[in-house]
Amino acid sequence: MSDTHAQTVAFVRDTEIPSAPPPYAATGPVKWMRENLFATPANAVLTLLALYAIYLILAPTLPWILNGVWSANSLAECREILQGATGACFAVLTERWPQLLFGFKYPSDLYWRPTLAFVLLFVAVAPVLFFDLPRKLLIFTGLFPFIAYYLIWGGTIFVPILALVGCIGGFAVYQRFVTGSFAAGFFGGIAAALAIWYIGGLLIPAGASNNAMLTPVPSRDLGGFMLNMMLGVTCVSLSIPIGIALALGRQSSMPLIKVVCVVFIEFIRGVPLITLLFVASVMLSYFFPPESSVDLFLRVVIMITMFSAAYIAEVIRGGLAALPKGQYEAADSLGLDYPQAMRLIILPQALKISIPGIVNVAVGLFKDTTLVSVISMFDLVGMIRGPILASTEWNGVYWELLGFAALLFFVVCYGISQYSQWLERRLATDHR
Amino acid sequence: MTTLTDPPRESFRLSMLINDTRYRSLTFQAIALLVLIIAFAYLTNNLLTNLAAAGLNIAYDFLGTPAGYDINQTLVEYDSQSSHARAAVVGILNTLLVAFLACITATVFGVIAGVLRLSNNWLVSKLMAFYVEIFRNIPVLIWIIIIFTIMTAVLPGPREFRGDNPTSSMFLDLFAFTNRGIYIPAPVWGPGSMVVVATFIASVIGVIAYRRYATNLLYSTGRLLPMGWPSLAIFFVPTILMFYILGRPIGLDIPELRGFNFQGGIKVGGPLIALWFALSIYTGAFIAENVRAGIQAVSKGQTEAASALGLRPGRVMNLVVLPQALRVIIPPLISQYLNITKNSSLAIAVGYADITATLGGITLNQTGRAIECVLLLMLFYLTISLSISAIMNVYNNSVKLKER
Repeated sequence: MSDTHAQTVAFVRDTEIPSAPPPYAATGPVKWMRENLFATPANAVLTLLALYAIYLILAPTLPWILNGVWSANSLAECREILQGATGACFAVLTERWPQLLFGFKYPSDLYWRPTLAFVLLFVAVAPVLFFDLPRKLLIFTGLFPFIAYYLIWGGTIFVPILALVGCIGGFAVYQRFVTGSFAAGFFGGIAAALAIWYIGGLLIPAGASNNAMLTPVPSRDLGGFMLNMMLGVTCVSLSIPIGIALALGRQSSMPLIKVVCVVFIEFIRGVPLITLLFVASVMLSYFFPPESSVDLFLRVVIMITMFSAAYIAEVIRGGLAALPKGQYEAADSLGLDYPQAMRLIILPQALKISIPGIVNVAVGLFKDTTLVSVISMFDLVGMIRGPILASTEWNGVYWELLGFAALLFFVVCYGISQYSQWLERRLATDHR
Repeated sequence: MTTLTDPPRESFRLSMLINDTRYRSLTFQAIALLVLIIAFAYLTNNLLTNLAAAGLNIAYDFLGTPAGYDINQTLVEYDSQSSHARAAVVGILNTLLVAFLACITATVFGVIAGVLRLSNNWLVSKLMAFYVEIFRNIPVLIWIIIIFTIMTAVLPGPREFRGDNPTSSMFLDLFAFTNRGIYIPAPVWGPGSMVVVATFIASVIGVIAYRRYATNLLYSTGRLLPMGWPSLAIFFVPTILMFYILGRPIGLDIPELRGFNFQGGIKVGGPLIALWFALSIYTGAFIAENVRAGIQAVSKGQTEAASALGLRPGRVMNLVVLPQALRVIIPPLISQYLNITKNSSLAIAVGYADITATLGGITLNQTGRAIECVLLLMLFYLTISLSISAIMNVYNNSVKLKER
C-alpha cells in the first residue's frame, strides 16, 4: 500500500521552500522613502526643496556652533582665539551666567538662595502635576510660597511665618463653618486671616529685618531669568482662583455681578499687555494711599495677574459651557445649594475640560513676562539688551545671547505644552 | 370633594432677604454694589489726593501743543512742530499699517505651513512641525529683536554699494536691502495712468461678473463654462493692452545711490520690516495650527462621500472640505488678527513709531501726562478689539449651523 505511487510520482517535495525576501524596493528604508518622500513627482520636488532648506539653515549655523569659544573674557579675546574662523562666542554665556539668571544687582554671595528656591519649586509643583505622587506632598506645596518668599527676599523670618499663620487660621475657620454655609466659612476665613495679620503686624518688632538671618534683598535687585520665572509662576497661580471667580460671575444670574465681570474681562482682553504694564509703571501708584510705597515688582504682579485672570476666566467659561446641562440639573435635584453644586459637581468637571486651555494661557503668559523689559525691568531680555550688550567687553555678541534666551524659553514652554498633552491623554475618561 | 385653593400668600418679611432664594440675590447684589462703590470712592480719593500733592490735574489740552519730536516713518504729513494729537494720529496709522501687512503675510505663512504639515511627505511635515513649535514657544519680543538685529547688524550699509567693485549689489537692480531700511521702487503716475487703473478695476469687476454668470448658468441649465482661463484672461489682458496702447504711462522710480544714502523709491524702515516679519512668522505658526485643526475637523466620511458622488479631488476640496473647514478656521483666525494688532504694540522695543511709541512713549515722557496718555492708548486698542469682535460675531452668526 505504502509504495503504490512510488513509481508514478517522480518527485514529492517534503520541505517548504524558504520564503523569498520581498523585492528590494518594497522593504526597509527604500520602501519607507518611496512612500514618504518620493511618492509622486511633486512630492519628490518638495522633498528636495526641504532638503535644500535644511542645508541652508545648517550650513552656516553648525560650524558656528561647533566651533564656539567657551572661555574668554571679551569679544576681542574671542576673535583672537578664533583667528578669523567662523565660530560662536559662547564665552559670554559662561562669563555672564549669573547675570543672565539673577540680574546684575542680586548680591553674588546670595545666589544659593534663589537657586534653592528654584529647586524646591520642582518639589512643590510635582504633586500638583502628577497625581500618582503621595498626597502628603501637597503640604509642602502649601508651604512653598512662604519658603520661596523668605529665600528670595530674605529679611526677617517673622513676615512669612505671620503670613503662614494667617493663612492657616483663615483655613481653620473656613473648615469650621463651611459645613453650615459656604458664605459664612469663606468670609469668616478671610476675616480671621486679616485679623491675625493685623494683630501679628503689631507684634513684629521694628527693625527686625536689620539683623535677620538672611540678608534682605529689595525687589528692584531681582532680575534675569529668575524674574521671568517668578512673574510667571506667581501670576499664573494667583490668577487661577480669580479666573474661576470671574468665570462664575460671568455665568451668574445676578445682572450686576454679571455686568461687572463682563466689563472687566472684555476690557482686559481688549488692550495689549504692554499698556497694562504702562499702567503698572506710571499710573498705578496714583491709586494707592499717598503714604504707601508699593514697589514696581508688586505693581507688575498685580497687573499681569489681572491680565491672565481675564484670559483664564474665558477658558473656564468655555469649560463651564461645555458641561451638559444635565449636570447642573442633577446637582439641583440632589438639593445642593449653589456653592455646594459648584464645588462638588460642576467645577471639578469644568476645570478638567479647561486644563489644556489654562496651560495655553500659562505658556503665553510666561512668554509675555519678557515684556517687562519695556518698562525697564531687567528680566532676561532686559539684561541682554541692557547691561550685557552695552558693556564694552560684549558689545556685538547678539546671536549667542538671543539664541540662549530663545533656547531657555523654548525648553520651558515646549516642556509645559508636552506635559499638557500628556495630561489630556491621562484625563480622557471617554471610551474610544 | 376638596377644593384646591392657593396657599396663603406670604407677606414679605425682612428675613427673606437672607433666607429666601427668591430675594437673596438682591441682597448679594446690594452688597456687591456697596463694595464696588466704596472701592471706587477709595481709589478716586487716593488719585485726587496724589494728583493734588503732585500739583497735577487731568486735562487733555496738551494734545494741541507742538510735539517737538520727529518721526521717521509717517503716512501723513508730520513735522516736529505738529501737535501731539497729530503725532498720535501718525502712530495710529502706523499701527494699522503694520497690523494690516502682518495679518496678510501671517495668513499666507499660516495656511502654507498648516496645509504642508498635513502633507504625506514625511520630511516636509516634520519641517513644518519644527517651524510651528519653534515659533510658538519663543516669545514674540525675542523674535522681533532677532529680526531687528538681522536688519541692523547683518545687512550691508549704503556705503558698501558704492565703487567699481561693490561688496553688495541691488536685488534685481530694483530693491536695495541696507541696514537703514529696504528701498523699493515707487510707481510714477504719468498722464493717462488713471485710465489704466480704471481698466484694471473694470476688469476685476468683469471677472466677478463672469464667474457669477457661469455659476448661475451651471445651476439653472447644468452647462459648465470654463472658469480658470477666462478669469485670468479678463484679469490681465485688458489692463496690459491699455498700458501699452497709452504708451506705458506708469513708470518706476528706482532707488539709486546718491551721496551717502539711497534716493528715490520708497524707503521701508528697518523697524517696520522687523516688526512686520516677526509678527507674521510668529502668528503664522499659530494660524498654521488653526488651519490644521480646521482641516482635520472635517470628518473623513465627508471626503469619501464626495468622492462616492463622483466629484473630482479639486471639487471635493472646494465644495465639501473647505466650506466646512473654514467654519472652524475663521473664528480663531480673526482672534489671531486681534493678537497681531495687540502685539504690534511691541513696536516700542525696536523704535517703530506706532501709537504705543508716540502717544504712550515720547508724548507721555515729554508731557508727563501719564494717566491721560495711557487712557487714550487703552481706548484706541479697546475700540479696535471691540470692532473686530463685533465683526467676528456677525460672521459667526452667518455661518452658524442652522439647527431646528
